[in-house]
Amino acid sequence: MQLSTKHLLGIKNLTVSDISSILTTAQQFKEVLQRPIKKVPSLRDITIVNLFYENSTRTRISFELAEKRLSADTINFSASGSSVSKGETLLDTVNNILSMKVDMVVMRHSASGAPHFLAKHLPNTAVINAGDGINEHPTQALLDAFSIIEKTGSLQGKKVLLIGDIMHSRVALSNIYLLKKMGAEVMLSGPPTLIPKHTKEAFGVQVEYNLKKALQWCDVANVLRIQLERQNQVLFSSLREYNMTYGVTKKLLSEIDKDIIIMHPGPINRGVEIDSDVADSNQSIILKQVENGVAVRMAVLYLLSGRNEFNH
Amino acid sequence: MQTLLNASQLQLITKRLASQLLENEYDLSQVVFVGLQPRGIKFSDAIMDVIGTLTDKKIHYGLLDITFYRDDIRKELHEPKATTLQLSLEGKKVILIDDVLYTGRSIRAALDALQDFGRPQKVELCVLVNRRFNRELPIQPDFCGITIDSPTEQKVRVDWEKHEVIMY
Repeated sequence: MQLSTKHLLGIKNLTVSDISSILTTAQQFKEVLQRPIKKVPSLRDITIVNLFYENSTRTRISFELAEKRLSADTINFSASGSSVSKGETLLDTVNNILSMKVDMVVMRHSASGAPHFLAKHLPNTAVINAGDGINEHPTQALLDAFSIIEKTGSLQGKKVLLIGDIMHSRVALSNIYLLKKMGAEVMLSGPPTLIPKHTKEAFGVQVEYNLKKALQWCDVANVLRIQLERQNQVLFSSLREYNMTYGVTKKLLSEIDKDIIIMHPGPINRGVEIDSDVADSNQSIILKQVENGVAVRMAVLYLLSGRNEFNH
Repeated sequence: MQTLLNASQLQLITKRLASQLLENEYDLSQVVFVGLQPRGIKFSDAIMDVIGTLTDKKIHYGLLDITFYRDDIRKELHEPKATTLQLSLEGKKVILIDDVLYTGRSIRAALDALQDFGRPQKVELCVLVNRRFNRELPIQPDFCGITIDSPTEQKVRVDWEKHEVIMY
């Protein structure tokens, strides 16, 4: 049992069997996390560096916890407070870290393609993308899929709605790739200015600008964060206006005639894309997503660590 | 291919081992039977079926997967299976059940894995087939169906469709 790829750069280049392997392995790790001692010795000969060039709470803690639960040694690196602020290049920083004998790199970067660049230059080190610019966030899509399957049993034929800032969202792109590969139907909803043109044709997804209609259609609604840090131009008038037209509110949910599952990758802008009473309701599996994130990341690290190149 | 045990022998041995496991145990509430994934669980299920007919007392039984504890993890990745140990093993007597005892490495991994569920008071091992002279670690069974002397290059498998043990 081995993945078809040496790195996890995105969902785009994973096969259906890769995704299934990760999700079934994650299920067993979820059981490990319920034990009195939540730790296995699988990666005790592996050293992992967490390279975070961009802020993160959940993903970073989740990866670090996953690594520790697998008994790996970890080094944490954040751009602020490092030599990056003195002008060191990405490749130089990484080569320096790798010369200290590191086996895997988990990387988040604000530039799309940064982990791909790294993987190209470091053929013998597994690179895991923890979010690159507006490109992909593969482990988030995997944990979203895991959470949907856990709640509903399968992805096949499920109607999943992604709401909000599709254009700037790496979570959206990874989710679209994954859901389509695994046989789910995908619909996008949000302001026309935040859904790129031709998305429909390019990815085989549906687009519905009327949020109520879109919610009526779906089984699962994944509410995306409005990425204020990535808005270079004014794409909607105000946060208040956004909330009024595209915010998921209790009132809106009470107007549709079924109980849909509510997800959010976090961090939540309460009162913008989702209201507090929805985020904290029984329909929401937001905290389950966070819990499952550790198991899914353990599965990814475990499956990528087993390559023969690491025989030392 | 050589048949080591046919269906009726397999049935008799399962009954004998189930009886042996019960004859020493007075307080079954302190005993946990653990079947080893993936191949040991058919055999442990069969043992549990017989034990169910021999006693009315509640039996604690679970499955243990040792994939994450294997010592050959850098050579080959195995697919993990479900672990269903619902209770703490602290202070309990554990009886590990597997089908074929060969190098002893799976049992070593299992002993490691058990520690994560608490500190058992005692661990015993019950196997259907004991391939002696192939051990790579100092591990021996406490209860055993048959003992065979087999060359390393041969394989021993339990065929649960036909209910027989074969060597090939």
